[in-house]
Amino acid sequence: MYTQALNSAPEGQERNLEDAVAAARFQARVDSEERIEPNDWMPAAYRRTLTRQISQHAHSEIVGMLPEGNWITRAPSLRRKAALLAKVQDECGHGLYLYAAAETLGTSREQLIDQLLSGKAKYSSIFNYPTPTWADIGAIGWLVDGAAIMNQIPLCRCSYGPYARAMIRVCKEESFHQRQGFEIMLTLSRGNEDQKAMAQDALNRWWWPCLMMFGPPDTASQHSDTSTLWKIKRFSNDELRQKFVDATVPQAQVLGLTPPDPDLKFEDGHWRYGAIDWDEFRRVIAGDGPCNAERLAARRKAHEDGAWVREAAATYAVKQRAAA
Amino acid sequence: MSTPATPLWEVFIRSRNGLAHKHVGSLHAADSTLALQAARDLYTRRGEGLSLWIVPSHAIIASDPADKDMMFEPTASKIYRHPTFYEVPDEVGHM
Amino acid sequence: MLIDYLLRRADDALILGHRLSEWTGHAPMMEEDMALANMALDLIGQARSLYAYAAEIGGGSEDSLAYLRREGAYKNLLLVEQPNGDFAMTILRQFFYSAFADPFWRASMPSTDATLAAVAAKAEKEMAYHLRHSAEWVVRLGDSTPEARRRIEAAITKLWPYTGEMFEADEAGLVESKIAVDPALLAADWRDTVAQVFARATLSVPRDGWMQTGGRHGRHSEHLGHILSELQYMQRTFPGATW
Repeated sequence: MYTQALNSAPEGQERNLEDAVAAARFQARVDSEERIEPNDWMPAAYRRTLTRQISQHAHSEIVGMLPEGNWITRAPSLRRKAALLAKVQDECGHGLYLYAAAETLGTSREQLIDQLLSGKAKYSSIFNYPTPTWADIGAIGWLVDGAAIMNQIPLCRCSYGPYARAMIRVCKEESFHQRQGFEIMLTLSRGNEDQKAMAQDALNRWWWPCLMMFGPPDTASQHSDTSTLWKIKRFSNDELRQKFVDATVPQAQVLGLTPPDPDLKFEDGHWRYGAIDWDEFRRVIAGDGPCNAERLAARRKAHEDGAWVREAAATYAVKQRAAA
Repeated sequence: MSTPATPLWEVFIRSRNGLAHKHVGSLHAADSTLALQAARDLYTRRGEGLSLWIVPSHAIIASDPADKDMMFEPTASKIYRHPTFYEVPDEVGHM
Repeated sequence: MLIDYLLRRADDALILGHRLSEWTGHAPMMEEDMALANMALDLIGQARSLYAYAAEIGGGSEDSLAYLRREGAYKNLLLVEQPNGDFAMTILRQFFYSAFADPFWRASMPSTDATLAAVAAKAEKEMAYHLRHSAEWVVRLGDSTPEARRRIEAAITKLWPYTGEMFEADEAGLVESKIAVDPALLAADWRDTVAQVFARATLSVPRDGWMQTGGRHGRHSEHLGHILSELQYMQRTFPGATW
């Protein structure tokens, strides 16, 4: 899902300019499951792809704080309030680990943030949807974090060391996120009629966008080849999506909820799902989703409102050094 | 809308049961006091550590990966530095 | 009454924690998002421990106390319900409060009430960190750029009248039995702490004027009603539901 909107330039031309011996050695290291570290030789395209993927992942974590943060002040119990706040704080932390990993490839955090705020960089499409009810918080934890975990576990074995290590840390922290969401849904499903309806409504709205998180179908993907060759991407979009659906449908059954897919059927050991509206996906990725403008505006405002604070800290540091 | 750069720091934590500080990542902060506090908030929320070191990233001097062979290969053949190279009869006991 | 004493402390922590949580996703830098969330979680945790104890004594639950009491029944300081404003306002409020709460909890550690003593031991460590963190920011905002200085001075002017309430005398009976701490005794040390940090920050300590009061007796500013509207919304809208 962090490769949702990567563009691929034809890479053949660049590779000819690079040291063919170095490239072969690099590929041999990757093939033998060695980790590539920040100062190692790497193809320019590898560096570029990873910078984009890791920073997109980081942007997603930071923007993702907003739809969930929307319910912290209205969380319906103190226990839920504390858990949600801790979860959103974790997402911020994940963003920070990932920016740190992306920076090891040579782009500064400031440049990466500028790319996000100027609208040049993408983030996961899922965070462009609103959270109008408390049940949405349950749905996000259960489904969105569930989908993220599917993607993140293979990334723990990604060829690039700093990204793999950041993912190991993230995965350790992520396990409570999905449980928190599922527990919210479970409580709602055992509650009164209003609560059950709220839960079903949230599932109805989040189901398809979550399936879209895994990116376009394999037949439509242009750039998976080098990502797979370079052991950045271990499974295809459709493989992960199917895995997610297979895990999630039984969970929905436990909750007594029905995914909004009339074509969903169990066949050959898998839950086969209906047609995804890829037009919606393309629209949302391109900027025309329900909350795209709001999300970016919120991050811009935080950044602009905070400029005087960052300047104050920098000025104080300079003063201290001069006085020393 | 470009931003002036905030210094980058590398973070090392010594865990409760560990003996040596381990590198866990990096962060941005204007000065060392803020950096130490940020490191505590970012990297020790789950009781990961007893001791934190922060180092300005530019202060770290790293060996060049291209020199890996020159720097590290010769040691692989000097196995007499390892205790297992030497034979000690069992009767001697633990040495 | 012990319950009222507990509610005063719990309400302070909950309302302040709630205010800090409003910053989530909007802080001046991501590292500060982490710090503000951290402090909010500490305070909400303190509130939960204190509400749980109050519920043990007087019935109800942590949630019935937090979600079903009206403004008049809330006993928090007016200081903690003030709007966040800008970062200077928020961090100064945190500094003023933790410069009181840290010594307060330290003085509470020898309480003859074992539960309160245990809460105090944990809270003191947390508030010591809040004090250090907020003080470092007050210094940086005071001694750096003209704009930061202007903002922190505006915050001092706005919040100073709310600081007196922290030291209003508490229940004599509880103090005599060494269950409770008399906040009035902490005023001198608080002033010293503020004076020291302000000196480092090159800021002036204002002269005392009239001090705001009423929060401890359920007479609140207009802000608490809005806070509770949000905080209590779900429980008020779906009475009796389990979440």
